[in-house]
Amino acid sequence: MKRFTRFEGTVAPLDLVNVDTDQIIPKQFLKRIERTGFEDALFFDWRFKADGTLNPAFEMNADRYKGVSVLLARTNFGCGSSREHAPWALSDYGFRAILAPSFADIFFNNCFKNGLLPIVLDEATVDDLFNRVRETEGYRLTIDLENNRITADDGLEIHFDLDPFRKKCLLEGLDDIGLTLQHEARIDEYEKSFELGKPGSSPATH
Amino acid sequence: MKRRTLFDKIWENHLVYEEEDKPSLIYVDLHLVHEVTSPQAFEGMRLAGRHVRRPELTVATMDHNVPTWDRSLPITDPISLKQINTLENNCREFGIQLYGLDSPRQGIVHVIGPELGLTQPGMTIVCGDSHTSTHGAFGALAFGIGTSEVEHVLSTQCLWQMKPKTFRINIAGNLPTGVTAKDLILFIIRSIGTDGATGHVVEYAGQAIRNLSVEERMTVCNMSIEGGARAGMIASDEKTYAYLEGREGVAKGKEFDERVQFWRTLPSDEDAKFDRDVTFNVSDLPPQVSWGTNPGMVTDVTGRIVDPDSLGTENERKAAKRAIEYMGLEPGKRIEDLNIDKVFIGSCTNSRIEDLREASRIAAGRHVAAGVSALVVPGSQKVKAQAEKEGLDKIFTDAGFEWRESGCSMCLGMNPDILKPGERCASTSNRNFEGRQGAGGRTHLVSPAMAAAAAIAGHFVDVRNWEKA
Repeated sequence: MKRFTRFEGTVAPLDLVNVDTDQIIPKQFLKRIERTGFEDALFFDWRFKADGTLNPAFEMNADRYKGVSVLLARTNFGCGSSREHAPWALSDYGFRAILAPSFADIFFNNCFKNGLLPIVLDEATVDDLFNRVRETEGYRLTIDLENNRITADDGLEIHFDLDPFRKKCLLEGLDDIGLTLQHEARIDEYEKSFELGKPGSSPATH
Repeated sequence: MKRRTLFDKIWENHLVYEEEDKPSLIYVDLHLVHEVTSPQAFEGMRLAGRHVRRPELTVATMDHNVPTWDRSLPITDPISLKQINTLENNCREFGIQLYGLDSPRQGIVHVIGPELGLTQPGMTIVCGDSHTSTHGAFGALAFGIGTSEVEHVLSTQCLWQMKPKTFRINIAGNLPTGVTAKDLILFIIRSIGTDGATGHVVEYAGQAIRNLSVEERMTVCNMSIEGGARAGMIASDEKTYAYLEGREGVAKGKEFDERVQFWRTLPSDEDAKFDRDVTFNVSDLPPQVSWGTNPGMVTDVTGRIVDPDSLGTENERKAAKRAIEYMGLEPGKRIEDLNIDKVFIGSCTNSRIEDLREASRIAAGRHVAAGVSALVVPGSQKVKAQAEKEGLDKIFTDAGFEWRESGCSMCLGMNPDILKPGERCASTSNRNFEGRQGAGGRTHLVSPAMAAAAAIAGHFVDVRNWEKA
């Protein structure tokens, strides 16, 4: 997995609560068997009109938000389906981080598997960021994962919390499966315990 | 001794490894696989030269993409076909049991798991699908995962999990006649909000839950994710054991009795402590109808479309205005005055035999209204066969409903069953997100009885009045 340390990028606002993964990437794009190539599917029904042209009413389509890599969002971002196509589409479009007051569990988890950093900030901070992003064209943030810090040229400085284990995995670009296989002896041991008839564990094997 | 919840007991039974302040390594007893969220996982394994650690704990079916018309006809969408063929090839290559399109056991993954007796109390069950919470109805810990985690489970039979918090939702009282498990869960989500249970595993408890059949409990647990929950669960009881006994995946004879002995030890201890606890009384609950674009935007069938200006926060007002515009509604409009174009009875929420019986009772001797098209899609081939044995297919087709083959169908419209832009649908599925059933489509979530009644009346009706007649 790609390592995530520190990066700088411009921000796009998505000013809606409860953005679900059906909006992030609609179902017709889930039929593919590849893991990349989803950039045009992102927010498809919002970004494009029925005739396939860009929808000017969708804020992120404005010229000033070209080349963004930080998404500023609202509460419960990524609710709904477990489709990992959602973080794939966000990454393919160019996003590296998402800032929101809260995320849905499965989406939050899926982001970390793809080097995409979801950051939880309090509501007032997010409101303030919406103002700054709209006031200043090309508003840039620096996200420093090592020091849990977001900064901007206008003097903004925000501290964010992140579970240390997830942080370490992102910083080192750790492969989950590789990590787990280091515990293979423990898994063998566990399996032996139920094969000896430990009640309740793995009835499917009996 | 510490009083433990059902969740605590299952968690502790499945701990392979734990360290303080880090995710724990949890063993997975059953991994369900379908065609949409697995191809990239198998491809990852191939690239890394890995094998499936316990293929016998892994079961696959195809449900999301499959057409629901005549199975002898070829699949016309080449991309869907490729995904289906890919699952077949992957299952063959990695040695996984697949219930494919021609299997009498094929069906929606969350319908066939319980039906085949694969889902049992005390288990950990995962699937690359958020409605995996359905299996929690058996007192199992079951939750949805992403494709990277699918690959992880295939490779290691384990998952890293941060321990979630626990949340007990007590349901007091008795559901009135004509009011179903679907109305109950819609009401719960309406009450707690679509992120009301984020970070928590919900245990549904109380008299109204005990009174539910096992299939009705599946409907409740199914939509836990719509309230943001990591999983939803209901303690097993005599109804659960009676449901399981004799199913093909379940132990027989003395071994079954031993299992039951063990299963009886799993329900939460009396006085077990939950991180959160709420109680609702449902004795006067009316049938519920969703009006907006998320499953928390729900009101009584006797109610009206909300006035956004009456809502508390700017974000809520904005979301409600947007939803009302998308849904083609006006504030103050009566739910019963909403005319519908389509009806969908199906999905992992409401496609089991009891759901079809409930809808057929309403449909019997009546006819779908002019201009409405209505679809009944059984959850599995076994449900379909049972319904046909009982003559339900005949009741539906005589009443003007279409009777289809099993699959996810119009719940998410990955197959050809979709809404056209602007069409309004009474649907027994689980999500009313924008475009969920087809771009521009307008979904109202209801129970099977309410959907059948809407099909016949051409608009929403309070099915309690019909049940009395």
